[in-house]
Parts: sequence; structure tokens; C-alpha cells
Amino acid sequence: MAETVLSSGEKIFILHGIDADFRNDGRRRCEYRSMEIETKLMPQTHGSARLHIGNTDILVGIKVELDVPHADKPNEGKLEFFVDCSATATPAFEGKGGDDLATEISNVLTAAYQTRNAFDLKTLCILPHKKCWKIYVDVLILQCGGNLFDAVGIAVKAALNSTEIPKITAATLDGGEPDIELSDDSYDCIQLDTSNYPIIITLCKIGDNYIVDPTLEEEMCSTSSIVMSMLPNGKISSVVKLGYGSIQFNTFTKMLQMGEIIGLRLNKTLMDVLKEENQFGRQRRIFGFLK
Amino acid sequence: MIEAENIEDQNGLRPDGRRALELRQIRVKMGVFGQADGSAYIEQGNTKILVTVYGPHQPRGSTGRNTSNISKGIVNCQYSMAVFSLSSGERKRKPRGDRKSQERSLQLKHAMEAIIHLEIYPRSQIDIYVEALQVDGSEYCASVNGATLALIDAGIPIKNYAIGCTVTLINNPSLEDEDNTLEKGVLDANYVEECTPGVTLSVVALPNNDSTSKDGLIVVAQGAGQRLHLSQFESLKARVLYGCQDIRSILDHAVREYLTEQSLPSLFHVALN
Repeated sequence: MAETVLSSGEKIFILHGIDADFRNDGRRRCEYRSMEIETKLMPQTHGSARLHIGNTDILVGIKVELDVPHADKPNEGKLEFFVDCSATATPAFEGKGGDDLATEISNVLTAAYQTRNAFDLKTLCILPHKKCWKIYVDVLILQCGGNLFDAVGIAVKAALNSTEIPKITAATLDGGEPDIELSDDSYDCIQLDTSNYPIIITLCKIGDNYIVDPTLEEEMCSTSSIVMSMLPNGKISSVVKLGYGSIQFNTFTKMLQMGEIIGLRLNKTLMDVLKEENQFGRQRRIFGFLK
Repeated sequence: MIEAENIEDQNGLRPDGRRALELRQIRVKMGVFGQADGSAYIEQGNTKILVTVYGPHQPRGSTGRNTSNISKGIVNCQYSMAVFSLSSGERKRKPRGDRKSQERSLQLKHAMEAIIHLEIYPRSQIDIYVEALQVDGSEYCASVNGATLALIDAGIPIKNYAIGCTVTLINNPSLEDEDNTLEKGVLDANYVEECTPGVTLSVVALPNNDSTSKDGLIVVAQGAGQRLHLSQFESLKARVLYGCQDIRSILDHAVREYLTEQSLPSLFHVALN
């Protein structure tokens, strides 16, 4: 997010383009930019994904740890989101500069995954009261070219889809002490069931219209946007409004409807792509950042 | 967790099959990001580092207020490690701000100040941000190499490549009577080798183009681990400068290739060598 300053003339140009359903890069209002996803690119993590959309670049690493369940939720594992806005994105993020944005994104992620319909924490439980898995989802924002929330949502889902949790062969209580044996074969793992995981869609209101996947310039023309997380079955698990502008109730409903249609399509495409990538198996060449 | 037997001599080979003076595979990509003024990605074995450069621009923040020296440009470095970067399995709590990263930031700054022509950038600031994506030994040296490439990509005039290389002296009493090539120090240590009892020196040097004339200048040297006897220092220095020379030629080749690719068709006569 190198400092971009738009003049009012440029803003009006963008605004008129959106009115005419023809944006600066030739897209329509409801079209996404093309994305690049690569999963399992960091060998030191249990799951990872890199998403590149426009100038936005997100890297997600997932690490899994054994932990003790919360006393009030003895049957549930833990899922924790951590977002780090790296200074590589913009000098403004240096030091603690990116913390506000990071907290905002991680709050949206937590809200999106909180419902049991999306992520059942019970599947992470090994021995009630004693042992459970704790999944750390660490998001690293490397470049920021607009539409951070959607990009993070997709990257997190792709990374969780690639996550391999070591298989437990025996879990017993030995005199009150938990005794856990992991499988000797490091390829023997469990994959998470990602069929219900949400994705995040941002609808950005510019003028009288709303668009998806705004670029950095378009984001600067907008006064308010809605960040919604949607499950693959069409349910909305969280809605957050950002920005200082207000939205009419009628517009709000219309935006949610449009978000729903887009969300369903995006989700299906994402799952298809991930399945396709998975078919290459372990022999697939990893490109990472060298491409 | 790491057994000393792993390090034991296997016909003069190291645990990962390298010879004592062999480097890990270095892979480089310049200009990874469109928005930054300069960026580079470097892989040395499993150590993966991303560096971006912003600037020169007007000084801002805490560095800008300190106007004691306005005749020269200011270099601002931040070293941060991704929380999932550690190879050993555990997760880092904080990406930056801990003592180790602050120390690294400072040393990186010293190294970069040595090569940038700061006198032509008065009242300006150059930001160098390092992000370690995966850490498997020699990460400080890899970030120096990456930062040099990012500066080149940003078009900031530099005096010479600043090349970082580590040399590790493996203390292993069982080696004494055998072939002792590993005994005199190994180059570009990975994480396992860095954890062995012994001393690791991280050296940043400005190697000269032709190796015959001069050894090159050492800009930053930093030791970690046990004590080092002064008598061994000379041979370590010779080895590490040899390593720096090697890395320099690899990076130089990558830079020339990248610039030829990126240049205008009219510049195609610029030959690769």
C-alpha cells in the first residue's frame, strides 16, 4: 500500500466508471480479479497457502500444537487467528503501525469461524478435560493492493484445507495423566473437513453502487463497506460494516443478497481449484516466491 | 533433540551431504513485489527471506525527528520473523520487537550503511524491511544478501555487494585423528549445525571482484556460541571470505540475468558473463 493520493478528478472518473458498470481495469461490478493460489509451500508448517490477487499478497501458515482444553469447554479444541501486517506491505506498518488493521482482520476471522456450523471445535478434542489440538492460523500480509479481507478469508480456507494433523494411534489415561501416541509414519495424517468453512466477501459501496474486490484506488473512493462471511450452504456467519458512511436498510439487504450469490460462486470455484491442485499429489513442484 | 553423532564425520561430509566449503543452493528472485521501490526474495537452502526497500523518501517517524546529521541519508531497517518461520516445530510468539530481531535490525543497518552512497541522499530516508519466512540457519547472512539485491532492484547506488556468510567451527573431539577438513570450520551452516557445540561467526564482507588482489573488507562480524581461540581466527577468516566470494559471484550472475531480462531491447548487447 504505497502511499496513493487521488485527486477529486480521479475519484470522479472511478465513480463514473462504476456507475457505467465498467471499472478502470475493465471488470464489471461483480467481478473478481484473477487469483493465484498455492498451498503446502512452507514445509515447516502443518499447512500453508499463498494467495496473490492483483497486488495483494497473503501468506498463511498453520501450526498445530497439543494443548489442554478450556475448563468451561472440556470437549472442544482451540482455534486461534493471528494476523501480522508486515512492514514489507507499506512503511506505515513498521513497528506497531499495522496492529490496528491486524486486530480488525483477526476479529472478523474469529467471528466468521465461531459458529459450530462452520468449524466444529469438538473435532479437535482428543481426551476431554485433558488434551486437545490447538490450531494456530497465522496470516502474514506481505503486500496490500486492496480487498484484504476477501484475500485473507480465501487464503485461510485454502491453508486449512491443506492442513495435515498428525494421526493419533492411541490416547489413554494413565493414572489420570494423558498418554498420547502419534503415528510413526509422518505421512499418516488427518485432514480437516473444510466443506463448511466460511469465506469472506467484502462489498464496497461507491456512489450509489456496490462492488466486489475493490482495488486500492477504489477503496479510497468508498465511504462504507460490508464485510460478510458466508458458509458454503448459503448461511451468513457474520456481518461487519466498515467505514464511516451509513447504509440504507434497503441497500443493505440488496448488498447481502448480491454477496450471497457471489459468495456461493466463489466458494465453489475455490473448492474446485483446491481439489484440482490436490490431485497433483506430493510430486507437485513448489514455486513459492520464485515464480 | 539434536544428537552430536549426527554431526560426525562421514568421509568428510556434513550431515546434509555437503563438503566443508560447500554452500547450500541459492535461489534468487528480484522484483517480487510491484508496489515496493525494490524487493528481492532469496533462498539459501531452506532459509527463505523476503526483503523490500522503500525510498529514498522524506524522513518520517522517530528517525526523522533525529536531525543531528542532515548531510547524509538515514537507513532504517526492520528485521522481522514470521511466527511460523521456525523449522524446529514450535511457534514464535511475536514476529518482531524481541531482542534478537532488534539486534539483527541494528546489525543489518550497519552493514547497509557501509555500502550505500549515503552522501548523495541528504535529508532522506531509505527503509529496508526484512521478513524471514522460513529459518534454517544463517538467516542474518541471507537477509544481508537479500537486502543487497533489493537495494539493487530499487536502483539505489551502492559501493559493492555486501555479502553475508557464516562459518561454523564444529567442536568434535572424535574428529581429531581422522580427515579433519570439517575441523577448520564449515561454511553456510544450517540450523542443525548452528546448534552444535561450537562457535558460529556471521561475517558480512565486501568481496572484491578479482579474488587475487585483496581479501575484501569485513564490515560486520558477530560470533555466537562458545569461545574462540584467536589462533583459529585467521583460518576462519580465510574460509569465510572464500564463501563470500562464491556467494558474490552467484548473486552477481543473478543480478545481471535479471537486468538483461528487464532491460529495453536496445540494451540487448549487454552480455552475460
